[in-house]
Amino acid sequence: MIHTLEPIVEQHPFFLGMEERHIALIAGCAKNVRFESDQVIFHEGERADHFYLIRQGLVAVQCVIPNKGLTTVHTVGPDEVLGWSWLFAPHRFHFDGRAQQPTLALEFDGKCLRGKCDEDHDLGYEIYKRFTQIVTERLEATRMQLLDVYGKRD
Amino acid sequence: MASAIEQPEIAAAAAAADPMLPALYSIQRVRQETDDTFTLELVPEDSHSSFGFRPGQFNMVYIFGVGEVPISISSDPGSLPMLKHTTREVGTVTRAMRQLKRGDVVGIRGPYGSCWPVAKAVERDVVIVAGGIGLAPLRPALYRLMAEREKFRKIVLLYGTRTPEDILYRQELEHWRGKFDLEIQVTVDRAASNWRGNVGVVTTLIPRAPFDPSNTFALVCGPEVMMRFTVMELEKRGVATERIYLSAERNMKCGIGFCGHCQLGAVFVCKDGPVFALNQIAAILGKSEI
Ligand SMILES: Cc1cc2nc3c(=O)[nH]c(=O)nc-3n(C[C@H](O)[C@H](O)[C@H](O)COP(=O)(O)OP(=O)(O)OC[C@H]3O[C@@H](n4cnc5c(N)ncnc54)[C@H](O)[C@@H]3O)c2cc1C
Ligand code: FES
Repeated sequence: MIHTLEPIVEQHPFFLGMEERHIALIAGCAKNVRFESDQVIFHEGERADHFYLIRQGLVAVQCVIPNKGLTTVHTVGPDEVLGWSWLFAPHRFHFDGRAQQPTLALEFDGKCLRGKCDEDHDLGYEIYKRFTQIVTERLEATRMQLLDVYGKRD
Repeated sequence: MASAIEQPEIAAAAAAADPMLPALYSIQRVRQETDDTFTLELVPEDSHSSFGFRPGQFNMVYIFGVGEVPISISSDPGSLPMLKHTTREVGTVTRAMRQLKRGDVVGIRGPYGSCWPVAKAVERDVVIVAGGIGLAPLRPALYRLMAEREKFRKIVLLYGTRTPEDILYRQELEHWRGKFDLEIQVTVDRAASNWRGNVGVVTTLIPRAPFDPSNTFALVCGPEVMMRFTVMELEKRGVATERIYLSAERNMKCGIGFCGHCQLGAVFVCKDGPVFALNQIAAILGKSEI
């Protein structure tokens, strides 16, 4: 029996409100994956041909900082999206992604979806709109992190 | 009989003859909470100077020979006459405060200011968003909510700090999480890779936190920038402006509305605040010239 991932993709908050035909195209690039705690999902510098929708668990976005070692700069939890480098050249991950807990996710083949976006610009527009929203939210959060609001005032 | 939540609490000391005269409290215990934050547990030298307080109120704490600072009361309103003050060392007075030991005496004037609207939140969800030392003024509200847990719907605490080492009241949070029906989500701005919890600013917890925005009271306390962004996220989620409360901070001198030191637009933080409904201060929040 073939199990389609369409119902899962359709219900994920990230894709809420998308047209059925687009959901079918997106689900065609998806598969279910599971990561053990501490498992590295991707490494900094690797080709970014995937992104993930987290269904359960927690993934840390990490990098090595001189004198501090491996540092977590951000975590991605249930209903959130992990990875946008697949969408923007040069398609390389800028950080490591490591499961902090046993994690269930949908993995999307970025090459496959990029191809479909090139063919169907309506789909491309929807995808870009949603990822731009995520990028904007992360940028705002990063700005706030940089403000170091809990640090001592000068 | 009215419940503890509805009973108006007595603020005996505020009615004291000379409001500028501090009562003497001795330190029963000093608890080091984090690297730069400590809690003083205080009892009155004279039992007559004991007073009740409401969650969110503050005292002017006088360190003899050094100076006086406003510090929120962080203890359980139900465990009088003991008062607790959780303080972060930032400058002259708080540094001197940190040097104090068991048996030392401080002066206390208070309790002053407005309080968290705990009674108004009955039958509703309550979301508490705390940043850094901002958890201290919210802790008494949590004690009150826990004391009458059945009167409230969901209670959610979203707490952000700089690093895992800066988390306040860690043991108590664990205890509450296990004992009460309370959702606690903690996030830190940065962490070493062995931290298994959330990393990111506290506002990132709001979109997915389990509360019903159409029936929620939000209590927010932390650095002003954090409160501004938190308000935006709460409103985006659909929490009504009139049900969002914040605790504001301004430098103070008298603490009782005489000197004008703490003026914020048309309001005095010491007298009209520190807890404000958002619509009272929305227009002036974040304006540097005020
Ligand atoms: C209503 C109210 C309740 C408060 N409750 C608490 C509380 O529960 N716990 C607590 O630790 N503090 C609390 N504060 C803040 C506290 O009053 C100040 O940190 C204190 O007055 C600083 O005095 P100081 O002499 O140690 O520092 P100062 O010598 O006055 O300042 C030294 C340096 O610290 C900076 N600074 C001053 N205040 C703060 C601050 N709040 N945060 C970060 N940096 C600051 C100054 O800009 C300066 O650079 C409260 C303030 C108000 C108005
Ligand atoms: S501190 Fe004097 S008026 Fe508020």
